[in-house]
Amino acid sequence: MDLDALAGCLASSACLVTQTTSGLIIGMLLFLVAVGLTLIFGVLKVVNFSHGAFYMFGAYFAMTAYQLTGSFALAMLAGAAGTAILGLIFERVFMSRVYGADVLMQLLVCYAFVLIFDDVVRIIWGPEFKAMGMPSAFQVMPLFIAGGVVPPYYLLLIGVALVAAIVLGIGLSRSRIGKVIRAAANNPGMVSALGINTGLIYGGVFALGGMLAGLAGALAAPVRSLTPGMGFSVLIESFIVTVIGGMGSILGALIGALLLGLIRSFGSLGFPLFTEGLMYLFMVIVLVSKPTGLFGKEAA
Amino acid sequence: MTRTRTPGISRRSTLALMGAGAMTFAAPWVARAQAKTIKIGMPTILSGRVAQLGTSSRNAVMLEVEKVNAAGGLAGRQIEMVIRDSKGQPQEAARVARELVNTDGCELLIDAEASSGAFAVHEVARDLGVFCIHTNSETSALTADPKQHIPNAFRTARQGVHDSIVGGSYAAAIAKAKGLKKWATCSPDYAYGRDTTAEFTLYLKRFAPEVEIISESWPKLFQPDYTEVVTKILQAKPQALYSCLWGGDLTSYIDQANIYAMFGQMEVFAVNMADYTALTVVKNLPKGIHSGNRYIKTFPATPENAAWGDAYKAKYNEYPTNWSWENATAIMLMAEAAKKANSADGKKIAEALKGLTIKCPFGADGTVTMRGDDHTLVGYAIGWGTTIPQEPYVPEVKAGDWKTIFELEAEWKKSKGYT
Repeated sequence: MDLDALAGCLASSACLVTQTTSGLIIGMLLFLVAVGLTLIFGVLKVVNFSHGAFYMFGAYFAMTAYQLTGSFALAMLAGAAGTAILGLIFERVFMSRVYGADVLMQLLVCYAFVLIFDDVVRIIWGPEFKAMGMPSAFQVMPLFIAGGVVPPYYLLLIGVALVAAIVLGIGLSRSRIGKVIRAAANNPGMVSALGINTGLIYGGVFALGGMLAGLAGALAAPVRSLTPGMGFSVLIESFIVTVIGGMGSILGALIGALLLGLIRSFGSLGFPLFTEGLMYLFMVIVLVSKPTGLFGKEAA
Repeated sequence: MTRTRTPGISRRSTLALMGAGAMTFAAPWVARAQAKTIKIGMPTILSGRVAQLGTSSRNAVMLEVEKVNAAGGLAGRQIEMVIRDSKGQPQEAARVARELVNTDGCELLIDAEASSGAFAVHEVARDLGVFCIHTNSETSALTADPKQHIPNAFRTARQGVHDSIVGGSYAAAIAKAKGLKKWATCSPDYAYGRDTTAEFTLYLKRFAPEVEIISESWPKLFQPDYTEVVTKILQAKPQALYSCLWGGDLTSYIDQANIYAMFGQMEVFAVNMADYTALTVVKNLPKGIHSGNRYIKTFPATPENAAWGDAYKAKYNEYPTNWSWENATAIMLMAEAAKKANSADGKKIAEALKGLTIKCPFGADGTVTMRGDDHTLVGYAIGWGTTIPQEPYVPEVKAGDWKTIFELEAEWKKSKGYT
């Protein structure tokens, strides 16, 4: 424990700015993965254990597109669009067959695909780790805000994730499609009886979830190394986020992810040997005081 | 109308059965014809996160075995390698090693496991009495601790304490020249990371007593994001940073530290940087990172070493790793020992191997020696240098001095109660 370091940091604006942005970066990437997870659970009532694979594919698609075209924008697009298509195919061909089955069956199918997707990556891109490299446009000196260090690339990353969060939030609450999706989550039988193709909605939601995770992978690709199985550690933290925020709640995923990011960045100063433990401790506290998560609805 | 298959055995499966039967009867004849070959078993890591290292071990062994076989084999017997995947799990490594000896009839073992697996295979070698060379475990205790000593086991890997002595004295010289007093460390949180960092700082402080460690970070092994560690180190404002992160973890760390412009703010000492697996993957390798040599074809700067690196690259289309040279050395030593003993028998090879010096492209002076009293490799090329972003990546490596290494190693052994 190093509480002096933590107190010293809280008293200095430079440290505060640096650590807060560092927490936001970790949190925002986590949010993009977790929100897809929570969305799929909210509408489809499936816990998608293979969600980390979309994060992985997003990163690999982005790297390949970047190597082929040299364009960062196309790389991001490839990561997002590629995983959206993959998500749609995965849902229509495999997941749609196990909606009625029990949880164990769904879990087994997802877990099988965790292994299969990892091997597919190994076959296509090889087992060794890869790096995409930072686009030259972002290879600049970091900004100094109130004495704190903020890399420009991370500002972009936070911005993109924030836009995604706002579009998603407004889209689901205000637009017609959003209303249909929420209706399908509440009562799929009734929505279907009204002549709406629920299969299309399910496929669309899965594709959207996959796309968000893919976008997170693409955004992370310039700064994280790419390996088969890279989705797994992200998946575990995303589960913690959804448990803290409440399964099915988008606002919950955002708050949960940001809290977790801040716990990591400030925890590493004050509790350097217990940073991981802090996350789980926080999850336990939330679960004990509010078992449905911070923004989760009470079970019907 | 659909055709139904008639019950009973079809013509095709009858043929298959007959074929299998013929094979079974022919097999003993094949085995007799090959009785002159000698099987060498090799458990290594061929799947999972460090598969690349295991594959590079296998490649290096096959490269050398081809040469030995072309030159007449191990004391006249052609070598047949039996290589199995341990998945990096110690209990699996031990099981595979046992099976290779008991079921597959391997007479010798090459243990190409990481440290955790090496200690497990070591126990199998102790139990079965089979000849065994550990090729990848750098943990000093494996050969330094007399409790581990058995007459039939050897090591051709570099040793942690050798690395720390050379790294510590190199870093101390730079710390003195540049006045680097405040140091931070950042290493993976498991046995290797903790031990190596402790040994490095021990020797750094011994050679430069004014050095002070002001910040320590212990990220998890295979952690995807190091941002909070990077910013924590920036806050501490050290003058120098030591890290023994490796592989994908190291390249992630460099990419993430790069955008905080960390490398301009402090001297960085990353012992595992100068390995081709990391050097060729990092896209924006910063200039001037200090690193220990792992395998690099320009150090030792001899035609033999360059030729070996090029031959490996020509055959496998990638550069060798640290594990490659360690495994190649094992085969070179075994071949020489068998020649000296004029036998491929494990006991006789072990006897001939004690204290054996051979010509070797990876030797500091063109030779390496299997030290007789603790069965570990000495005299291999060991040094530190700074990186540049393109080949040869580490243009100048400052070689460590083996005389100093021997003195300090003896002292270290005494302090541990090993001698």
